[in-house]
Amino acid sequence: MRKMLAAVSRVLSGASQKPSHGLALLSSLVSNSRLKQSSHFGLPKCWDYSHSLKQASRVLVASRNFANDATFEIKKCDLHRLEEGPPVTTVLTREDGLKYYRMMQTVRRMELKADQLYKQKIIRGFCHLCDGQEACCVGLEAGINPTDHLITAYRAHGFTFTRGLSVREILAELTGRKGGCAKGKGGSMHMYAKNFYGGNGIVGAQVPLGAGIALACKYNGKDEVCLTLYGDGAANQGQIFEAYNMAALWKLPCIFICENNRYGMGTSVERAAASTDYYKRGDFIPGLRVDGMDILCVREATRFAAAYCRSGKGPILMELQTYRYHGHSMSDPGVSYRTREEIQEVRSKSDPIMLLKDRMVNSNLASVEELKEIDVEVRKEIEDAAQFATADPEPPLEELGYHIYSSDPPFEVRGANQWIKFKSVS
Amino acid sequence: MAAVSGLVRRPLRQVTVRDAINQGMDEELERDEKVFLLGEEVAQYDGAYKVSRGLWKKYGDKRIIDTPISEMGFAGIAVGAAMAGLRPICEFMTFNFSMQAIDQVINSAAKTYYMSGGLQSVPIVFRGPNGASAGVAAQHSQCFAAWYGHCPGLKVVSPWNSEDAKGLIKSAIRDNNPVVVLENELMYGVPFEFPPEAQSKDFLVPIGKAKIERQGTHITVVSHSRPVGHCLEAAAVLSKEGVECEVINMRTIRPMDMETIEASVMKTNHLVTVEGGWPQFGVGAEICARIMEGPAFNFLDAPAVRVTGADVPMPYAKILEDNSIPQVKDIIFAIKKTLNI
Repeated sequence: MRKMLAAVSRVLSGASQKPSHGLALLSSLVSNSRLKQSSHFGLPKCWDYSHSLKQASRVLVASRNFANDATFEIKKCDLHRLEEGPPVTTVLTREDGLKYYRMMQTVRRMELKADQLYKQKIIRGFCHLCDGQEACCVGLEAGINPTDHLITAYRAHGFTFTRGLSVREILAELTGRKGGCAKGKGGSMHMYAKNFYGGNGIVGAQVPLGAGIALACKYNGKDEVCLTLYGDGAANQGQIFEAYNMAALWKLPCIFICENNRYGMGTSVERAAASTDYYKRGDFIPGLRVDGMDILCVREATRFAAAYCRSGKGPILMELQTYRYHGHSMSDPGVSYRTREEIQEVRSKSDPIMLLKDRMVNSNLASVEELKEIDVEVRKEIEDAAQFATADPEPPLEELGYHIYSSDPPFEVRGANQWIKFKSVS
Repeated sequence: MAAVSGLVRRPLRQVTVRDAINQGMDEELERDEKVFLLGEEVAQYDGAYKVSRGLWKKYGDKRIIDTPISEMGFAGIAVGAAMAGLRPICEFMTFNFSMQAIDQVINSAAKTYYMSGGLQSVPIVFRGPNGASAGVAAQHSQCFAAWYGHCPGLKVVSPWNSEDAKGLIKSAIRDNNPVVVLENELMYGVPFEFPPEAQSKDFLVPIGKAKIERQGTHITVVSHSRPVGHCLEAAAVLSKEGVECEVINMRTIRPMDMETIEASVMKTNHLVTVEGGWPQFGVGAEICARIMEGPAFNFLDAPAVRVTGADVPMPYAKILEDNSIPQVKDIIFAIKKTLNI
C-alpha cells in the first residue's frame, strides 16, 4: 500500500509525464495491487504479480514510456474439419508479456538447472526436459482458466510449474526430498497439483485418463475443459484412438493436444507414422496445427479450442509443432538421430523466449534492460530453489509405507523380509 | 403356548448373487450421485449377464453408460473420471478382457495415491466375472485373483454368496481406493438366504475380513469365491465320518485376513487351501508362505496343502474341464491326506 502511495505521489509530481500516461500507469498499478491481493486466495504461485508491481514502480522512477499493449500477427493455423480457425492477430498487453516472459524464462532455467543437478548425480533415474518447448506450457495455460484441467505425459516439469507449483517443490521432488511436491515418492514423472493430473510414465495411458477427466467435467456440468497432452511418439498408441472415439461419441469437453517435437525418443516422425499430420489423426475430430514456438499462437489456438469445447460441440485436437533442445532424456545426448546444426538452427531462429523478447522490445512493450532484470531475478529464484532441493533431507524411512491406501486406518506393510515392517498411514 | 405362537418368524428371503449385486449397485447409485456404471452392454442390454438389469431404465444415460469394445480406453476413462472426483464402477465383461486394460488398473489406478505422496486418490471399482465358467475354454476362464492380489495399492475382493456379493460391492463403491471385485459367473444364478441385516441399505461387508462359514476342530479349509461352496459340501461329507472342518471364506484377497486364518490353524493344527486359479504363485501359495512366517507354523501337525485349478490352460471338453478345476472329491482327498486318514 505504501509503495503504491509513493508511486502515486511520484506520478502526480512528475512534470515530464503526460497526464494520460500517468493515469494509465496509475490504473495499472492499482490493478496490479488488486491482483497481488487475490493471489492470497489461492491463485497459483506463478501468478503473483508483485514482481510486475515492482517493475512498474521502477519504471516510473526511470521515467520511461512503454506502450500498454501491442497487436501482433500470428501464423494462420492449418485446419481440419473446421470452417474457421483462431484469429491471425492478437493483442498482447505489457503486463501479460512480462508475465509470459518470466514464466518461460523460469521454466527454461529450471530445466537447465535440472540438467546440471542430474550431471552432478543429485537427480537420479529418469529426467525428461522440455527446454525449447516453453511456449507450449505457458501458452496453453494462458488460454485456459485455473479451474480447467490438464494432464500430460512424462515431460512434465514445465506444466507442473504453469499449473501452480513452485520451482522449489519441483526441484525437491526431482532430488527426491521430503519437501518435494510428492514428498519424494514420485520423482520426475509423477508430480500432481490441483487440476493437474501429472506426470504419467506410461506412454499414451494419460490420454484415456484425460478423456475421463473431461467426462467428469461434463458430468458435473461446470463448463470446464480438460487439456489432454501426448507426444508425436504416443500419437501412434491404440488407446488414443479409443479415447478419440469415445470422446467424440459422448461429446466430451476434451482438447487433445499433440506436442510434436519431431522425435519420439530417437525415432523421427517420418519413421514412426504413416501420416505425420497429427492434427488430422483424430479423423472425425476437428483439428488445428499450431506454431508451438510462438506463445501467442499457442494462446490464441487454446482460447479457440477451449471455446469450441465449452460450447458443447465435443472434443477438438491441436497439434503444437515444437522442438526440444535436450535429448529425449538425460541419458540421451540427442545428437545420434539429429544434427547439431538442426538444433542450432531452431535455437537461433525459433527460440520461443527470444521470439517473445524481440516482439516486446520492438513494440516498446518492454526494454532490454528490464527483461535482463527479470532474467537475473529468475536465476536467483532457481538458485535458491536448487539450494533447497539439495539441502532438504530425504523423506524419513518410517514413511516408506505411507500412502498405499486413501482414507484408511493405519496398517502394517511388509519390508524386505518378514521382520521388517513399515507402518502405512493414509 | 400363546406366547410361542405369538412369535413372529420372518421367512428369510432367497436372493440370487446376481440380484444381490444389482441391489448393491442400485442402492449406491441412489445414495451418491457421483457413482456411475460403465462397460460393454451394461445399459440397454441390461448387462451381458444381466447383473445391471433395470439400472439404465432407472438412472438413464448419464449414470449407466454403454461403451464401445475398448477396454484399455474405457478403463482409462473410468480412472480419469475417478481422479477428477467421480466414483465410477467399471465393468469388464469378464476379467479375461481386463488384461487389455491392466496397465490402467495397475499403473494409473493402483499406484497413483502412493506416487503422488497422498495427493491423488482414485475411488474406482473394477468388477466383473472372474475365473472358470462352463465350456468357455482357455481364453475365457482365467482366474486373476493372484495377479491383482499381487499389487500394493489395490484392494481385491472375491464374494462367494449373496450376502458377500451385496455387502462387498457396496463397501467397494464407498471405498476411496481402487477395488477389484472378482465375481463368478456360475454363482450369479445361485440363490442364498438373505439375512435381515443384509436387506438394509447400509449393509456393508468390511473389506479385509474373512468369515468363518463353518466352525470345526480338525482342520482349517480356506477358500474364496465358488470353491467355498465345494468346501462346505466336502465338510458335510466328512462330518458324517467324524471329521469336522472349519471352513473359512476369505471374502478379501487383498488385504488378506491372515489373523483369522492363523487363529483357526492354531486351533485345528491342519491347513488346506482351495482356489480355482493356477497353483504357481497363487493365493494358496501366499497363504502357505505367510503361515510359515507367523505364529501358526509351530501349531501345524502336517504340511499345509493346496488344492487348485490344474496347471493347464482351460480345456474345452467336459471331462477335461471338470478335471481342471477343484472338485469336491479333490478337496476331500486333500483333507484326508493332510489328516493322514
